[in-house]
Amino acid sequence: MKPSIATSIGQIQLDKPVMLASGILGISLDVFNRLYASGAGAVVTKSLSTVSWEGYPNPTIFSVKGGGWINAVGLSNPGASNFAKMIEPNQDVPIIVSLVGSVPEDFEMMIKEFKNCKVKAYELNLSCPHVAKVGLEVGDDPGLVKAIVSTVKNATDVPAIAKVGLGTSNYLNTVSTAIDCGIDAITAINTVRAMAIDVETQRPILSNKFGGLSGTPIKPIALRCVYEISSKYDIPIIGCGGISTWEDAIEFFLAGASGVQLGSAIGDNWVGVFDDINKGILDYMKRKNYSTIKEMVGLAKKS
Amino acid sequence: MQRNLNHPTIVTIEKVIDETPTVRTLVFSDDVMPTVLPGQFAMVWIPGVNELPMSVMISKESGKAAFTVRKHGPSSTGLFNVPVGGQIGIRGPYGNSFDVKEGKLLLVGGGTGLVPMMRLLSFVKPTDDVTVLMGAKSKDEVFFEDLSNELLKNNPHQVIVSTDDGSYGEKGFVTDLVEKLVSETHFDAVYVCGPEIMMYKTVQAAHAKQIFVQASLERMMKCGVGICGSCCVGEDLACRDGTVFDGGHLSKNKEFGHFHRNKAGILENY
Repeated sequence: MKPSIATSIGQIQLDKPVMLASGILGISLDVFNRLYASGAGAVVTKSLSTVSWEGYPNPTIFSVKGGGWINAVGLSNPGASNFAKMIEPNQDVPIIVSLVGSVPEDFEMMIKEFKNCKVKAYELNLSCPHVAKVGLEVGDDPGLVKAIVSTVKNATDVPAIAKVGLGTSNYLNTVSTAIDCGIDAITAINTVRAMAIDVETQRPILSNKFGGLSGTPIKPIALRCVYEISSKYDIPIIGCGGISTWEDAIEFFLAGASGVQLGSAIGDNWVGVFDDINKGILDYMKRKNYSTIKEMVGLAKKS
Repeated sequence: MQRNLNHPTIVTIEKVIDETPTVRTLVFSDDVMPTVLPGQFAMVWIPGVNELPMSVMISKESGKAAFTVRKHGPSSTGLFNVPVGGQIGIRGPYGNSFDVKEGKLLLVGGGTGLVPMMRLLSFVKPTDDVTVLMGAKSKDEVFFEDLSNELLKNNPHQVIVSTDDGSYGEKGFVTDLVEKLVSETHFDAVYVCGPEIMMYKTVQAAHAKQIFVQASLERMMKCGVGICGSCCVGEDLACRDGTVFDGGHLSKNKEFGHFHRNKAGILENY
């Protein structure tokens, strides 16, 4: 049987397992079309808020010398309503809408904005590490996680994914709470809170001082988190953090992820990275004699 | 360790040249920036102020490059005010560059859009017949006229200045002159950088005459490397696919000449 790289992440069916991560290139439907044509299995939008946000002043992105990026773009986005109008014509591209908010009502209100849009899933940003009152500050509060996930599950039949990251509390508690409230899948992880200081001018480089570290430096951490979640809970997982090659994607499958997301790799390899990884996964499957992604998911836990 | 071009390198401003009351050129020494191609840009960090995309300017001295900035908002004013001895961070170069054609060339620049044109002039061959068209609001805001003539002293050339108020050179918009020139003369290539409506009209005029034309687009840029998405124009990213685009490609882009995105990514009309 010819191997297929199609995958199921719970109820979410995708033709290809590598998705665009949230926060990257996510504000234009034309760009989504291009990424889909370039081999992305789905695109996750920038995290949308109830009203538009300008984000932080530059510098918002810093390149780490040893690899990886620190960003504090500040969740700039056109707001859920403007964004929904833009993606309304879309029929073909599997779009996962990322939402960020402080209280359950924010999420409920935004989901209503997308009633005329074809949304593959909602990804709840419970893990942005550099914006106050949202993201990690929400993810670190079990009461809020419970209220938000419950509200979202009541508000829509579209699958909901919780994106978790490393905050001040144990992220596994966030996962556990989200699962108890009916979450359909988990994305792990977000960027990791970090900073950079310039020694010549003796200043923090990012205008926000703190940002989120992404790219190859966080891959081993993200991989560990996926492995931990899949070892402890029976929940579909999307791996995210430092994936830039097909080997990285396979590692995440073996750790327990059914799909992966990437962002930083686009900075290095541009949009061709999707097809490169898809091809590498397919070649690996042929060589190892797998016909589905599912056969590989979680295999590393056997040893 | 080899220099990581994405990582800010700190350089010191060695010379400040006042071009007009609102435009300055800041000269600095560097290994990389003096070699960049016409149209490429750098992300320039002004510590404590902001980080801006800037076209890289030529310098007549070897090993040196420059940025030419007009004080406008807080960020560009921050760069404008960096004194001799002040430090800025630079990363890049980013983006593609103009395809340097040979023959009869028309270079159109408006305001600081003249910067990549000056860099382009240092790449033309002595046999090229070059027309430089520069637009400014008024006489006070005209700059690089002498520099253009000097760079082209060995070429057949003309430098035409137009001012909106007619206080110097030709009176009127530079795009009216472009339309006139491309209808009267055959050009092998047209290059343009400046306000987007000016570029749009120039591209339309040249493209309609089937003349090779390229424009260097300016957009809200945050990362410079194609991650943040702020600078998207239709399906293109100005930082990664451009900033230089062919007229044929641009004429199919629904946003070019009509919309730009604000800091939040909302499309706004020009």
